[in-house]
Amino acid sequence: MSAPLIEMRGITKSFGAVKANETVDLSVAPGEILGLLGENGAGKTTLMNVLFGAYAPDAGEILVEGRPVAIHSSADALAAGIGMVHQHFHLAPRLTVLENLLIGIPGKSGRIDRSGGLARLKEIGRRHGLSLAPDLPVSALSVGEQQRLEIIKALFRGAKLLILDEPTAVLAPSEVDGLFAALRSMVGQGLGIIFISHKLNEVRALTHRCVVLRHGKVAGRVDHPASTTSAEMAKLMCGHEIAPPAKGASTPGASVLTLDGISTVGHGGTPLREVSLVVRAGEILGIAGVSGNGQRALADVISGMLPPKTGTMTIAGKAVAQFSPRELQALGLGRIPEDRMTTGLVTNLPLADSMVLPRIGTEAFSRKGLLDPAAIRAFAEEQIKAYDIRCPGPMARAGALSGGNLQKALLARELAFDPKVLIVSQPTRGLDIGAARFIHEKFLAMRAKGCGIIVIGEDLEELLMLSDRIAVMYEGCIAGTLSGADATVARLGLMMTGAEGHA
Amino acid sequence: MFRLEARTSTPAWFNLALPLLAIAVALVLCSGLIAVAGAGVIEAYGVMLSASLGDSYAITETLVRAAPMIFTGLAVAIAFRAKFWNIGAEGQLLAGAVASCAVGAIPMPGYLAMLLMALAGAAAGAVVALVPATLRVKFKVDDVVSSLLLNSVIYYALMALIEGPWKDTFSGYPLSPPIEDSANFPVLIEGTRLHLGVVVALIAAPLCWFLIARTTLGFRIRVTGENPEAARYGGINVQRVLLSTALLSGALAGLAGVGEVGGVHFQVMSDISPGYGYSGIVVAMLARLNPLGVVPAAIFLAAVMTGAEAMSRATGVPAFLSDVIQGTALLAMLVALLFTAYRIRRVGASA
Ligand SMILES: Nc1ncnc2c1ncn2[C@@H]1O[C@H](COP(=O)(O)OP(=O)(O)O)[C@@H](O)[C@H]1O
Ligand SMILES: [Mg+2]
Repeated sequence: MSAPLIEMRGITKSFGAVKANETVDLSVAPGEILGLLGENGAGKTTLMNVLFGAYAPDAGEILVEGRPVAIHSSADALAAGIGMVHQHFHLAPRLTVLENLLIGIPGKSGRIDRSGGLARLKEIGRRHGLSLAPDLPVSALSVGEQQRLEIIKALFRGAKLLILDEPTAVLAPSEVDGLFAALRSMVGQGLGIIFISHKLNEVRALTHRCVVLRHGKVAGRVDHPASTTSAEMAKLMCGHEIAPPAKGASTPGASVLTLDGISTVGHGGTPLREVSLVVRAGEILGIAGVSGNGQRALADVISGMLPPKTGTMTIAGKAVAQFSPRELQALGLGRIPEDRMTTGLVTNLPLADSMVLPRIGTEAFSRKGLLDPAAIRAFAEEQIKAYDIRCPGPMARAGALSGGNLQKALLARELAFDPKVLIVSQPTRGLDIGAARFIHEKFLAMRAKGCGIIVIGEDLEELLMLSDRIAVMYEGCIAGTLSGADATVARLGLMMTGAEGHA
Repeated sequence: MFRLEARTSTPAWFNLALPLLAIAVALVLCSGLIAVAGAGVIEAYGVMLSASLGDSYAITETLVRAAPMIFTGLAVAIAFRAKFWNIGAEGQLLAGAVASCAVGAIPMPGYLAMLLMALAGAAAGAVVALVPATLRVKFKVDDVVSSLLLNSVIYYALMALIEGPWKDTFSGYPLSPPIEDSANFPVLIEGTRLHLGVVVALIAAPLCWFLIARTTLGFRIRVTGENPEAARYGGINVQRVLLSTALLSGALAGLAGVGEVGGVHFQVMSDISPGYGYSGIVVAMLARLNPLGVVPAAIFLAAVMTGAEAMSRATGVPAFLSDVIQGTALLAMLVALLFTAYRIRRVGASA
């Protein structure tokens, strides 16, 4: 084999007492997709930030095409042919696609080289099937399109190695296929790619080789991902076997949530049209569907963010009158939002504040308008312990927690009040296997206790594993419902395209 | 080479260190101006210090000046906590002054008059602040612009009043009729101007702190300011919180006007406030929006103002220097706030 495109040798990087990376070696050859695996906090992002010049390593060296290079900034990295698509995008929302591409690229005598940029954009589009309208503002792009722009940006700057930090965490399954096709085309033309993901089936389908990190160290290498089982890889990541959660038989009781002829208007996304459904005690109802078919509106109606235009809803037999978050909570509804960071938590305030937020006005945390700081703190501390939420303490900024710990905190704040019904959207998006398993076990435990749970998700395997029944949404309607026993990925997939209806 | 690196947390001592740093930077930068004006820097700052804090009379004068800025500083701090961008404390102060002057001119027992003056002034300020808040909540009008522009509206309405119906017919000066003598706020130390309103201002600061830190309304204000979407999802009526914040903020700014009428000027004139409403923004930023920090920040600005006048008399440096120090301190503080989110790292020296 020729010299690797890039090679990292003995990389060590600490943040205070935390060793984020410890003597990590890895290399990528031209035409190769390297998978970088590991649980949240394993050090994947840190390692890639070292490669991209955002952090200076404490020890170790980086070689590009066999020659040692010093990378002190992203400009150095780009000059060495290394491009990175971060987990959180770095785009200027008010500027157009083309303007974003041209930021920082010196034009002739201080002027922007628009025509040259357009030509390059077209060329990249032709070579890799990555096209975008050049004059659209970034704010008008979907998340998937913004990601495409980030990839184009890296290629535009001449990247020979592309780093993608959990690119699929923000994508719908249908968008993932497009991304993979583009990545395969790029490596077909000699580029190298480092692909970070938690999702083992994706890693197995896409990558040629894998490096698994655990606690900052290389825990193992996988030379043939396609022929390695997910269980083997999961064991490398976690250091122990992960058994699928045991799902006991359930005997659904009385209905705890009913929607009858609910329709919505406005609100941006696809509205609901005459949606009726029932969730019974001790039952998990999965809601599947291609994203954008009304799942957002459904979640918003049930959680009190969007009063419906017509239709009725009952919780534990009582009719809902105002569709306000407070009324619904009082009736026994627990809610976990799709977007933890923006809807669930207040990242700049202490974690404890986010944990008591929905119930701050109740006896539990205040009296006659005065807060009870001791009770708030005690509640947060208790939940942190009970859910093993890794954080410096209840007064730490919520934004400093990792995704899995945030999700645990949101789960704790709802489950502490024994909801009769729980609605969750994308419950494990972006979480690693261990954290996802924890969340699944909690759902199943609540189900055993007689809570009715409605799970809206895009991950069909997760829905199949959890649900007693699965309803499929299509264009704002329930296209059909399958029992857990009848549901398969293939059948659900068909129903999601609107091809098959079932009562 | 140096680089900014994002911080994950901010040490607590920054709350004290940053304002002190900002003030120090402002004083150093302004020493250049003093030198240009042809005075000795040490001498000029020395005069400022002794004239504002050098003896007990000077201290009372500084406190009298600080009182309105404590109120406007609190008004701004509470509003900014909810991200209600109230730049209108100046107009709210003027409205409070006019309303309390009108009430104070009515003959009635002294303590009743003072109480009603305070209520009227607070109510007037609150109503004025409600305008930009309502425009924002109902029509998404930018509150920075609307609250700022409203200041001019109120100022010229005040001018119309004292040039028109309230004009002193004897002298022809644009001054309102004075309030009743019995409504003058009691002076606490004989021979000074230290009036009751100053004490009220000093008490208001811990009360505001308690409101923000220890009440459910304060909790809702904080959460709404930091993340309105999470607040709404958590069952908080975000619009109602913004309107409540505006009422509270406007009432505090209105009280600044009440203190000036009842304790200092006893009537309304065009220059009743030398920009105390705007200084409130500087005060709130130096205090990092903490109501307890508002008191020292307001006293600092007041000391600069009183000191600058004495310095101007003694050294010939124009008293406008006090405005320059204020503005520079605000800019320095805004830059210093960068360090709460970022740290400076040295990179690339080795390798
Ligand atoms: N800027 C930072 N300051 C302090 N600690 C950090 C910083 N970035 C990452 N860490 C810590 O380093 C470890 C590795 O984090 P990260 O590289 O983000 O992991 P991953 O991307 O695999 O989830 C974690 O324990 C994390 O808390
Ligand atoms: Mg990461």
